[in-house]
Amino acid sequence: MIESDRPADGQPTETPVDVAPVGIAKAREGRLTLVQRVLREAGIGIALLLMIVVFSSFARHFTDESNITNILTQVTINLIMATGMTFVILIGGIDLSVGSVLAFAAMVAGVVLKSEALPGPAAILLAVLASIAVGMACGFLNGFIASFWGVPSFIVTLGMLNVARGAALEVTNARTLFEFPNEFNAFGTATLLGIPAIFLVALMLVLLGWAVLTRTVFGRLIYAIGNNEEAVRLSGHNTFFYKVSAFVISGLTVGIGAIIYMSRLTIASPILGSGFELNAIAAVIIGGTSLNGGRGSLIGTFLGACLIGVLADGLILMGVGDFVRQMITGGVIILAVIVDSYRARFAARTR
Amino acid sequence: METDSHSGGRLRPPLLEIKGLTKRFPGVTALDAVDISLAPGEIHALVGENGAGKSTLIKLLCGSYIPDAGEMQFCGVPYTPQSPLDALKAGIRVVYQEFNLLPYLSVAENLLFDSLPRRYGILLDYRTLHKRATTLLKQVGLDVDPHTSVEHLGIAQRQLLEIGKALSSASRLLILDEPTATLTLREIRRLFEIIRDVRAAGVTVIFVSHHLNEIFDLCDAVTVLRNGRRIASLPVASTNPPEIVHLMVGHELETTLGVGRTAEEPSRGATAIWVQDLRFRGNVHGISFALQYGEILGFAGLVGSGRTEMLRAIFGADQRDGGEIYRDDQKVLFDHPRDAVRHGVCLLTENRKEEGLVLPMPVRVNVTLTDLSRISRAGLLNGGREKTIAQNWVGELDMRIASLEQAALDLSGGNQQKLVIAKWLFRNAEVLMLDEPTRGIDVGSKAEIHDLLRRLAAADKAILVVSSEIPELIALCDRILVLWRGRLVGELRRNEFNEARILSLACGESTAAGEEVSFRGVTGGRSDDRE
Repeated sequence: MIESDRPADGQPTETPVDVAPVGIAKAREGRLTLVQRVLREAGIGIALLLMIVVFSSFARHFTDESNITNILTQVTINLIMATGMTFVILIGGIDLSVGSVLAFAAMVAGVVLKSEALPGPAAILLAVLASIAVGMACGFLNGFIASFWGVPSFIVTLGMLNVARGAALEVTNARTLFEFPNEFNAFGTATLLGIPAIFLVALMLVLLGWAVLTRTVFGRLIYAIGNNEEAVRLSGHNTFFYKVSAFVISGLTVGIGAIIYMSRLTIASPILGSGFELNAIAAVIIGGTSLNGGRGSLIGTFLGACLIGVLADGLILMGVGDFVRQMITGGVIILAVIVDSYRARFAARTR
Repeated sequence: METDSHSGGRLRPPLLEIKGLTKRFPGVTALDAVDISLAPGEIHALVGENGAGKSTLIKLLCGSYIPDAGEMQFCGVPYTPQSPLDALKAGIRVVYQEFNLLPYLSVAENLLFDSLPRRYGILLDYRTLHKRATTLLKQVGLDVDPHTSVEHLGIAQRQLLEIGKALSSASRLLILDEPTATLTLREIRRLFEIIRDVRAAGVTVIFVSHHLNEIFDLCDAVTVLRNGRRIASLPVASTNPPEIVHLMVGHELETTLGVGRTAEEPSRGATAIWVQDLRFRGNVHGISFALQYGEILGFAGLVGSGRTEMLRAIFGADQRDGGEIYRDDQKVLFDHPRDAVRHGVCLLTENRKEEGLVLPMPVRVNVTLTDLSRISRAGLLNGGREKTIAQNWVGELDMRIASLEQAALDLSGGNQQKLVIAKWLFRNAEVLMLDEPTRGIDVGSKAEIHDLLRRLAAADKAILVVSSEIPELIALCDRILVLWRGRLVGELRRNEFNEARILSLACGESTAAGEEVSFRGVTGGRSDDRE
């Protein structure tokens, strides 16, 4: 039933394409996404604050200085690993090998530390370099194999998880190394203005990583590749380099993490770090970084790692058993992902 | 003025009656009190610029969105779909622009996915499945083995598959959302036959298209939307293309057909790029051509003629089998897109969403992506400089955006295309190769893109355009080369331009008349019809 209902005079008004209303709508949309962005960044922070408030009121000794120091120490290793992991996840990859590589790097560093041919300070310096080199080499292999042959990094790093663990056991034939130089062990418990030195190292890494991701060409391309690798490639960039680099950065943080962990435990054992990859991934995901890559931030990862640490500590103080604590931590990870999916759906609906 | 001139069925009640349908989103009324009435058995065109509300209307009809106000009557009873399932039950099927096929399942399984034939209630009845699939494939004129997995099909084949899928469940209303955007003329003709068959079978069709000639070819009635309002509903017989364009944009504009570049022969500059005996994808016939500065060179050809492969081979995005490329009379080797980019050669791919833009990232990031060295020092980004540069390009190309921080995803098709052009101009590209530059772009923006390309040519850029729309090439180009099955079969200068001639060359008239050329074998994999 078609009525011919042209505008009354049959001659629409001669206005240019009417863009004004659309423009306003878009502007409003822009404002909405700003609110969402704040929520995304702050959502995890609010959750962390709430958690701290709750534990402060219900868990005795939670706010004691010694406990806060304890939390910061506990958070440190995960924070370091999660920093590198954020780069990998941002390009749409994953690194499951970080726990094993940590053990391998620690064993190599341990052997260097124990070598009697070197004077103390030189041995320590060399051990640090060795640990970082091992971490970066493993990361390079992960990244190269995954990018060159286009293999999912999940599989490659799953393989590396086994390779590195085996290598760690092989170094000393599964023996644990201890009795490191005193200066080395002292660093693990040193504090600066009451804050553990190792936490300050982690914090510096986070800040450095954050600056790289937000302020440099390198970081810009990491995000862009995570969002649309083909578009970046066709824009004339060497995507291979950036993809491998993300894994090398992950390896670098693992190498640093290994040294810090050794100095805290004062030992190097080939069974160190098992399951660390999952904690690091959890911190990144709780921090709001998308597993599909391209979206997220190191601030989020920092808050995510803190949240996991605070949760574990608070639950211990409240007398919650190990097993239940593990269940609760797992629940929080799932909850974070559910919240994230709502956020994505909300964003899609307002579009 | 009430006209009942529309053919037949006046006594029958409308199949679908929409009254005051309204849908609001935060900050925007996507559909504003729209009334539409559909006669049973008609093909009803829905036209409007991007953002006019066509997609919203379709989503309301198929239950993806719930309206904020208004009512619908379908087959004489109130129709209030709460989910796509309700729409399916009512007999409404939609073929979307984006495909909803399962790539790793077979053609047959995809075709009948909604009602897979079973045996004993749980086992898949493969024999019936393939028999029915074969019938449906014949119906839509798709010559592929039903066992083929969908990932091996080209875009045009997938489009026909989607339509076959919609036909598989007897529907009363078939909605086609820009079904011809990816098809060549031959395929479009076949599609129109199918649509007419569907109408003959008593199904009503809503047909969304940017191509007015298609509407006048196929449809019985047309509804024009603009800014979420229905501007007019007219019988096609009583209107004409200029009037429809007029209603769509609210002001006069150059129709792409006919009005071309100024008649005088443009001044030819030096050769910008010279391709000699370029071979790719096992194609034995080399392609040779030269492109001058200040020239717009067009490439015509059917899907599968190797247009896209040729561009990708020149750009270094895909492997080359042989041939030489000279840039400014110097021999160059583009093994990787970054080599081409370094020599000022850029490719604007046919799918700007997948390959041209980083959609979730802001406009400013997309503009500067091609040359970050110019907005940074020692690897550190200079945010202020980036904003200034991006803002300049936004102004230069007259892009309509809310802010530089707006995600490329939220821009209209025309503005997205301008953004892709901006990012290459920012990189000082001298040779711009554009693959289907105006696909899926509304009439108004299309004219703007054409205008922009002409201005770029006037500014001495060398421009190469591949398009499935011959009128577009005629309107835009100084010279047109025709590809057929991976080889050059013709070259026409401006004064020789003739749509029929180009088409017959593209169809391989000079070689084997009437030979089937539109579909490559299903083993083609990532072929030209990846579009």
